[in-house]
Amino acid sequence: MLELIIVSTLNGVLYGMLLFLMASGLTLIFSMMGVLNFAHASFYMLGAFFGYQLSRALGFWPALLIAPVLVGALGALVERYGLRTVHRHGHVAELLFTFGLAFVVEEVVQMLWGRLPVDYRVPPSLDFTAFTIFSTNYPAYKLFELLTAIAIFAVLLLVLTRTRAGLIIQAALTHPDMVAMLGHNVPRVFMLAFGVGTGLAAVAGVIAGPALVTQSNMAGLLGPILFVVVVVGGLGSLAGAFVASLLIGLVQTFAVAMNVSIGDLLALFGTHLAPDAFFAEITQVTVAQIAPIVPYLLLVLILIFRPRGLFGTRET
Amino acid sequence: MSRTMSRVLAFAWIGLAASTALGRADTLKIAYVDPLSGGGASVGQVGLEHFQYIADQVNAKGGVLGMKVEILGYDDKTNPQEALVQVQKAIDAGARIIAQGNGSSVGAAIEDFVAKYDDRNPGKEVVYINYAAVDPSLTNAKCSYWHFRWDANSDIKMEALTNYIKTRPSIKKVYLINQDYSFGQSVRTEARKMLAQKRPDIQIVGDELHPLLKITDFSPYIAKIKASGADSVISGNWGQDIALLLKAAADAGLQADWYTYYAGGAGGPTAIRQANLPDRVFAIVEGYPNIDYAPAREAEKEFRTKLNGQSLWYPRVFNMMSMVFRAIEEAKSADPVKFAPKLEGMKVTTFDGGEGFMRAADHQFFQDMFVVTFGPLGADQPFDEEHTGWGTKLAGKVPADQTVLPTTCKMQRPG
Repeated sequence: MLELIIVSTLNGVLYGMLLFLMASGLTLIFSMMGVLNFAHASFYMLGAFFGYQLSRALGFWPALLIAPVLVGALGALVERYGLRTVHRHGHVAELLFTFGLAFVVEEVVQMLWGRLPVDYRVPPSLDFTAFTIFSTNYPAYKLFELLTAIAIFAVLLLVLTRTRAGLIIQAALTHPDMVAMLGHNVPRVFMLAFGVGTGLAAVAGVIAGPALVTQSNMAGLLGPILFVVVVVGGLGSLAGAFVASLLIGLVQTFAVAMNVSIGDLLALFGTHLAPDAFFAEITQVTVAQIAPIVPYLLLVLILIFRPRGLFGTRET
Repeated sequence: MSRTMSRVLAFAWIGLAASTALGRADTLKIAYVDPLSGGGASVGQVGLEHFQYIADQVNAKGGVLGMKVEILGYDDKTNPQEALVQVQKAIDAGARIIAQGNGSSVGAAIEDFVAKYDDRNPGKEVVYINYAAVDPSLTNAKCSYWHFRWDANSDIKMEALTNYIKTRPSIKKVYLINQDYSFGQSVRTEARKMLAQKRPDIQIVGDELHPLLKITDFSPYIAKIKASGADSVISGNWGQDIALLLKAAADAGLQADWYTYYAGGAGGPTAIRQANLPDRVFAIVEGYPNIDYAPAREAEKEFRTKLNGQSLWYPRVFNMMSMVFRAIEEAKSADPVKFAPKLEGMKVTTFDGGEGFMRAADHQFFQDMFVVTFGPLGADQPFDEEHTGWGTKLAGKVPADQTVLPTTCKMQRPG
């Protein structure tokens, strides 16, 4: 049991950190521009495919640096020539724009790299076992994922709270007109924030690509859960996104580990349903089986009981 | 009317008649409806290549009854609703043979759709040829005259796997992990039932169902398997669900034997090699590259040469297509109403050299089945998988007659 708890905790933290890598960019963009970027996971996917292509030509480490820069630049271009134009027509137009963009990116990726998973592998320099716990190996690559996520969190936090650029970003968030009056180029700040946000998603992509599967539906698989992270953490809150990512990573991992069903819970209270009773099928479903929807349940509950999220400062 | 004029008209009329006749008869359209995107695409795409390869081969020899075989690919995204839209599109495009394989949920929807369509559109009947959807109900409770299945159904495969497990006394604790839909559920129930009969001493330490083709990281499941102390895992997973499961096991260093249906699919052999589990991952198949049968090896070699090293995964597609073509030739017609009866009871020598037959009672094909393992290549094992240097090896053969399970099908025949 202890073994399962420790390994599940490790797995949960790891998954949570991967979510955070992506959610950090999403929450940054949302807090700055009020744009709920539906295409965020698409930039994550582009990161993975760019990372794959570059790592074949230059090796993994250069790819880890170059791919996010490229994707970030692409993101900045999308903001400059797409979103900024659409912005005039309000948030619904922006939402639809990013929504459409997600489909375009998926189609383009399918055209360029096909629909099958590409052979994106863990670099040999990280392809070993970092440590063994209860006879479960822990690959060095996973440890690397974990450390990168923590490092990015620290750097982002420092930049946002301790530097001049961060100050301007935070000010532009709440008082864009005032910041513009003071002579700062607010649209450029937005463009940079969008570029950095999508670049962060690309970092997640480059790193997650070899660990998960690099294929054209990877954006669709992770996209929805990002919104859960951002909403649960509180829109625009970096710390919130961090905590929510960890929470969701752990909840999902532990849900998988649990074999308790509704029937078992009822049995605790002395109620036993006959196997052929009405709804008896439902009571046999275990928590493990519904693990993938638990985060969405959390989303619904948070929206009902604490609409601003765990750390949010304003209402969703 | 002048003579020239009437001649022109006569020629025009003949030309028109000839061209419509040609338009109807010069191509034999076979619709391939399977996942070409998403989690099932890794196997769906390769399936399409098999069909295309066979069509090219047949066309090079002059086609079927002089008709050119054309394969139309449709992406069903492993989604029953989407599949029905695609099947309708295929029918509209003129296909009267629908081939599908991946996803029994999809298979059941198509079987039902085709049966209703044929009822309502006499004279335009279509037939559903199934190369991989193995939920037993398709040839039992839900069986239909317009459906034929060439893969051994899930119960047959489990029968063969558990017969093999019976001979391995080292197996004490078994963990079941399957996809949460009709097929995965039938694997788990059947595994429990058959193990209880054949090896009542085996303890089932876990029985997991996970969402179909949605999980990208199986580590939490592997942690659970490990904590359960299982020495063997039984899984009917396919597509990315088996490859990623094995990959997560490899990462965590799980040392267990695997009894699977589809470990040979895309990514599987790579993960097995990475996990370093030589001859500890078993798969139940109807044929395998290193089989000791010269014609199959020749075909494997040619297939790999033409398709950039892709291994021939589906000998059953070869069985299926050659039988359908033979039925069409015997019936001298590509009309399903005429050639479907020829398929019933048809006996053939299969791709891998055994005897096979299509049971008329439920339209299930029976053939020799093999339990194979993956491990380092030895003497007389010419083919490896996914450039790993590891390839298939025979662990046990189940002759066709031992795979014949009874059916509950009450076939409704047309007319």
